[in-house]
Amino acid sequence: MNIAALTANLHVILPEMVLAAFALLVILADMLRQDEEESRLLPLLTLAGILAAMAATAWIWNRPVASYQEGAIADGFALGARTVILVAAGLATLLSMGYLPRINRQMGEYYALVLLATLGMTMMASATDLIVLFLALEIFSLALYILSGYYRKNPRSTEASMKYFLLGAFASSFFVYGAALLYGAAGTTQLREIGNLLASDHGNPNLLWPGIALLLVGFGFKVSLVPFHMWTPDVYQGAPTPVTAFMSAGTKTAAFAAFVRVLMEALPAQQIQWGWALAVLAVLTMTVGNLTALRQLSLKRMLAYSSVANAGYILVALVPGTAQGSKAALFYLLTYAFMNVGALAVVITLEKIDELDALQNRAAGLADRWPLLALAMSIFMLSLSGIPPLAGFFGKFFVFQAAVEGGWTWLAVVGVLNSAISAYYYLRVMVAMYFHEAEEPVQPRRWGGLSLSLALTALATVIIGLYPSLWTGFLSGLGG
Amino acid sequence: MAIDYLPLLILIILAMGFAAIAMGLPAVLGPKLPNKQKYEPYESGIIPFADARRRFPVQYYLVAMLFVVFDIEVIFLYPWAVILNRLGLFALVEMAIFLLILLVGYVYCWKRGALDWGGQVRPGDDVVESQVVESQVEEE
Amino acid sequence: MVPLSWYLILAAFLFTCGLFGALARRNAIAVLMGIELMLNAANINLVAFWRYSGAVTDLAGQVFALFIIAVAAAEAAVGLALIIAVYRKRKTVNVEELDLLAG
Repeated sequence: MNIAALTANLHVILPEMVLAAFALLVILADMLRQDEEESRLLPLLTLAGILAAMAATAWIWNRPVASYQEGAIADGFALGARTVILVAAGLATLLSMGYLPRINRQMGEYYALVLLATLGMTMMASATDLIVLFLALEIFSLALYILSGYYRKNPRSTEASMKYFLLGAFASSFFVYGAALLYGAAGTTQLREIGNLLASDHGNPNLLWPGIALLLVGFGFKVSLVPFHMWTPDVYQGAPTPVTAFMSAGTKTAAFAAFVRVLMEALPAQQIQWGWALAVLAVLTMTVGNLTALRQLSLKRMLAYSSVANAGYILVALVPGTAQGSKAALFYLLTYAFMNVGALAVVITLEKIDELDALQNRAAGLADRWPLLALAMSIFMLSLSGIPPLAGFFGKFFVFQAAVEGGWTWLAVVGVLNSAISAYYYLRVMVAMYFHEAEEPVQPRRWGGLSLSLALTALATVIIGLYPSLWTGFLSGLGG
Repeated sequence: MAIDYLPLLILIILAMGFAAIAMGLPAVLGPKLPNKQKYEPYESGIIPFADARRRFPVQYYLVAMLFVVFDIEVIFLYPWAVILNRLGLFALVEMAIFLLILLVGYVYCWKRGALDWGGQVRPGDDVVESQVVESQVEEE
Repeated sequence: MVPLSWYLILAAFLFTCGLFGALARRNAIAVLMGIELMLNAANINLVAFWRYSGAVTDLAGQVFALFIIAVAAAEAAVGLALIIAVYRKRKTVNVEELDLLAG
């Protein structure tokens, strides 16, 4: 083999290489810095890395679709998912800037881990081979286990990280066992070849079906589908809030992107079977997520169960197994990244200095004292409950449209009913902000990065809502 | 088919039989003169200085964890070394990058004091950390 | 040669042992050991499938197993570090006593 064959299409993984280089740079910069003051440069270096990776992604976009060593692909879907992940990572970095100094002084590790987690997520979104998929999954999972326990002195944070680790590692072993069985059934780890082999009815059914079932369990844990969602509320609540924001948007995007690719490329011939399994899981996930969210008093736990419910909506788009569904899922993930990171940014402003969470009544009377903050939170809550003309409405609209056109009208109806239930707990926060008296006046915490990310997410939520045609045109340009 | 494994079975029986005889005969025939030294654990000739079932300092686990992580990387070197001739320069550069990443990690561990066994307070220890956090909170 | 199914049964048995350990044990380290068993069960499957596929040049199964070994080591290191962090705060590694987060 010559060098030309080995380096052909190396540009496909350019964003990942950029992220890895910047992760090392952050570690080196942390080692070489002279005093505490210089550690303020680390988040800027991290942001520079994320922006460079975005630039690399944009550059690849103008090139023909290519695949590196049959392991990673740069098609429209992968690039779109990468962009969403990088946006989430950038916003999370902005949120961490003022948050981090109060919980843990070791910023080099934190930002390096954020970059490595981003690398794992973008790699997972572009993986076309089970080995690469697994490796990417583990890269970002291991980084996130550590990040969620980063507030080392707070027992809730370490508890969250240990629960996340034990359940995450447990899920990974299901995923790996499923991948091994799928390899046994098809004789290859490349998703497209698995699809080709299984379409012509090769493959041992005794290996294939357990393999698919175990893979479903593995993905179910990662995207928090009911009944594999037990870790979600605990980890979301116990992790430092910027990390919660990052993983809620980033992990979901990466895991769903990979999920879509496995279903669409490796298992299209089995759609009739997994379609029904996913439909049942989607109904369970939406309903249990929303009904449990109703009972939550803590803002982060409410958003955690809302995130479970949102995983259910996205799953609805995957059930028909159409290209339209995949695009709708990706669009939903984009809107979700903005509105959920924004909502968690508001939670950060409401937290007290040594808290990891805020109760919903902390928001009471916010509109009188901080009208802009209350307005931003209202935008996120209205968007999450799917009220037009905000981004969340179009996210849901495309998802349910994909379900109806794929012949799953009843599923779309269940989704719409669920989103009506969810409006109750989202709007409750707004009622508290606008109509309740503040019990204890809150002094919202703020720093430049926080305000910037709040402004960005609120603006994006509104703009996507006002000009959905912009995004639908963009999505139809993505190709399969 | 199963007959192929007969030698294996015979070997197992012979091995177990030999062990049984070697341990059984002295017990029956040999003189019994117990003393303290004979009942101590065998440590290849070194006299044991403490009970083995004691608590290990936490640094031990830290070093052990680092060892596991760095040690396991060798499994990527083996297949690489086998086909290096066929892959040529590209593989050499790739492995150099891989080792460079490991080196950065190693230097970082070193610098952070993960390899120090001593008890001195280092930057990043909980004691120092809480004071610094408080001062930074006040700045805000 | 031993038929492939024997290896698969061994792997499934190992996976079930690990699963039982991960679900039934309350000590976090024992749970971690169960998870490692599950990963190694997958390794047995991968190597067995590769050996019986007859494709000598396509090393996907072997390579996959190598990566799983490396990842399992990293996972064990991170897991033990987290367990030590929890132990320092709470003086326990019993997963049932970790109940600060509940709603």
